[in-house]
Amino acid sequence: MSIIVLLISISLTIAIIFLLIFYWSMKSGQYDDTYTPSIRMLFEDKKKEKKSSAEKKKHST
Amino acid sequence: MATLYPDSGNQTLTEQDVKCYHCGEPCDELLWQDDKPFCCYGCKTVYEILSANDLCEYYDLEKNPGTTLRHVSDEAYVYLDDPQIRKKILGFDSDTFARVQFYIPAIHCVSCIWLLENLQNLNAGILRSEVNFVQKTATIDFNPTHIRLSEIARLITSVGYAPKINLDAETGKMTQRASYDKSLVLKLTVAGFCFGNVMLFSFPEYLGLDPSEGQLAQIFSWLNILLSIPVLLYSDSYYMVSAWKSYKQRQINIDVPIAVGLIALFGRSVWDIVTGYGPGYLDSFTGLVFFLLIGRWFQNKTYESLAFDRDFKSYFPLAVLRKAKNDWEPVVVYNLEKGDQIKVRNMEIIPADSLLLDNEAFIDYSFVTGESKPVLVKKGELVYAGGKLIGQPITLVIENRTSQSHLTSLWNNQVFQKPEESRYKRLIDKAAKRFTWVILGITAVSGVYWYMANPSQVWLIITSILIVACPCALALTAPFTYGNMLRVFGKNNLYLKNADVIERMAAVNAVVFDKTGTVTHGHDPEIIFTGELSDEEKGWVHTLTGYSTHPLSKLIHKYLHIGQGNVVEEFKEIPGKGIEGFVSGIRVRVGSARFTGFHERFEDLSSTVFVAIAEEVRGYFSVRTAVRKNIQEMLGRLGDRCVAMLSGDSKADYVQMSTLFQPATQLLFNQSPHDKLHYISNLQHQHKQVMMLGDGLNDSGALKQADVGIAVTDDTGVFTPACDGILQGDRVSGLDKFLSLAKSATGIVKAGFVLSFTYNAIALSFAVTGHLTPLVAAILMPLSSICVVVFTTVAVNIAAKRHLTKQLA
Repeated sequence: MSIIVLLISISLTIAIIFLLIFYWSMKSGQYDDTYTPSIRMLFEDKKKEKKSSAEKKKHST
Repeated sequence: MATLYPDSGNQTLTEQDVKCYHCGEPCDELLWQDDKPFCCYGCKTVYEILSANDLCEYYDLEKNPGTTLRHVSDEAYVYLDDPQIRKKILGFDSDTFARVQFYIPAIHCVSCIWLLENLQNLNAGILRSEVNFVQKTATIDFNPTHIRLSEIARLITSVGYAPKINLDAETGKMTQRASYDKSLVLKLTVAGFCFGNVMLFSFPEYLGLDPSEGQLAQIFSWLNILLSIPVLLYSDSYYMVSAWKSYKQRQINIDVPIAVGLIALFGRSVWDIVTGYGPGYLDSFTGLVFFLLIGRWFQNKTYESLAFDRDFKSYFPLAVLRKAKNDWEPVVVYNLEKGDQIKVRNMEIIPADSLLLDNEAFIDYSFVTGESKPVLVKKGELVYAGGKLIGQPITLVIENRTSQSHLTSLWNNQVFQKPEESRYKRLIDKAAKRFTWVILGITAVSGVYWYMANPSQVWLIITSILIVACPCALALTAPFTYGNMLRVFGKNNLYLKNADVIERMAAVNAVVFDKTGTVTHGHDPEIIFTGELSDEEKGWVHTLTGYSTHPLSKLIHKYLHIGQGNVVEEFKEIPGKGIEGFVSGIRVRVGSARFTGFHERFEDLSSTVFVAIAEEVRGYFSVRTAVRKNIQEMLGRLGDRCVAMLSGDSKADYVQMSTLFQPATQLLFNQSPHDKLHYISNLQHQHKQVMMLGDGLNDSGALKQADVGIAVTDDTGVFTPACDGILQGDRVSGLDKFLSLAKSATGIVKAGFVLSFTYNAIALSFAVTGHLTPLVAAILMPLSSICVVVFTTVAVNIAAKRHLTKQLA
């Protein structure tokens, strides 16, 4: 019987941790903008790569 | 895209087919740069800026990503450097680091994000910028020692992303709502979490537990209490706080029954567990809060999608004269750009913050501050939106784009509020109070009954009753109906001040008209001048009448189109009489016979405007204005509701008017503004609900006195805060339709009341007889609100179709 109490306390603790993680992510604004970051990561950083991709695009159109 | 290059050999394209490389608009006038077509210098400039900074990737991410650019003057954003304004706008400010968030409506594609996040390549003073595509904002970190705030605003404007800077609370409101949504979701999460776990620990109870494991049941019950505490303290705080506030004010509001129900359920459960009587109802308690919050969230979403926030369509299109080449043309205020030159005439409202170009002017800020003493403004000083010009017309340069909401908030200033409160608001407040007591009474009675009949059910039944009886649907009916009505009226060019006006309109049983500009047109007149005036003198009269906004002044001003460049000094306008001023040192007066000093007996068949130059009457204009289209039919439909026509002019038009109006209508001429006001207050003493239609200038007193005062305008909206609504001239013929639509609004509100009351009564009867669990009650309650909101929205639209489209179209 005591094993049930132990298991329950573990499961409840884990569940509460997940709740707190969600709480934190919501508070820190991770759901405020769900679109821009997905675009931002696709932008090229270096100029060289940028040019080649630009050329590629020109050829394709 | 390749076919658009000029050297590609494909020259059969017409110019209309060529799309601007920057903005994608068809090019009327082609400009070439680097073999790329541009529609205007603005677009070309943006391209040049970007290509010079090696930012042409902008054009690779999307085709024609830009927006057409309008000219920005260098001073356009200078006001942003004002410390006061700066403080309002900046999110963070220090000597070397500052952060600003701009709302940029033009953000629409991937390229926009890319360019706006690469601003640091355009100016080294910008440290970082980040775009929120969903909210269309850009957050920019910059170094104030290298770049000023105004320069940033100008920079992003010059590449086609003009920020919309709103110093009102408007922008703040948006973020406020977002954070409210967020806290609701968090509360919902906690409630859901606790509800799920409480249910888990209640399973043994549901299935029936072996008595030998009683200790386990104890542990589970105590865990349930622990899990319920966050729900009690955090998740249901909306209801608790609101109920507590109302208790503190010694009042009772609709959240009180819910709070009472929740506390009863929780308290009883804890008591049961502590005394070892039973497992309590904590699963019901947490579930109840969970469903209440889901309902609330869903309700918020519904409201948002049906929001009757006054969008620009329900604002009246206030117009001003803007300089265009050599002439002045009327423009709707929200089309004004920074740097535009505008002309404002006597008694007109300054539509936007702007700089004075003339030497001096007197501005009456009573709409803004309540202080009616005019303020002297000198050349180059800032004039704030909402001020009213007293005296000579002035030219201004727009400094700050205006927002309609700002002007409307002025319109709703306390000073111009009619004293009587909305009837329905009062009714609802009263009903809500009584309703709550009735609910508490019913709960107590059925609690006693069930205590005797079946004590185990008492607490659940009490909670169900308290939850399901919530009368919030009742409270929503009127605001949603009237809010939607406002929008419908706005679409049909009747712009009302607020929702209360509709209620008063529905009760109108006496309509009074002004003549000039209301029953008759403000344009296409037949003007004859009798007497003698030299061309120079005609020029003087032309200039003088241009200073006034009276319909007759405007007509004469248009009729005499000679003599530019005169200046009038000491301009004065006496409402109901005339205007005067000094041109080249000579006194010129234009107005009624008595005003100009003409005392002989005089009969004419039209409106007459006398002209006196240097104290000598030189002749008169006879102005015959055509009656608006379809007025007679409208008057016929109004029947005896139309009680009078009050005109400030001579009896000249009597014959024409008497055939136009119904025989029962009183036709009064030579009425001074005071007479008009008096006439209306007399009607009100006879317990009539009076609606007055006038030009809003001579009649402003009467408009204010009337229960519903409507200003009729043709081209230029003369902003008179004293009126309750502004009606576009060509819609006067639909007045009766508007009145009947307003009446139907009352019907819809009543139907909404009946609907929500029936809903509540039925749900209540189920709850009292014990057929409703608190969980179902928690789902039914927000559902009733949503039902009512959808009902009113649909009903208003159907009524609008039935009443308006038939004959207004």
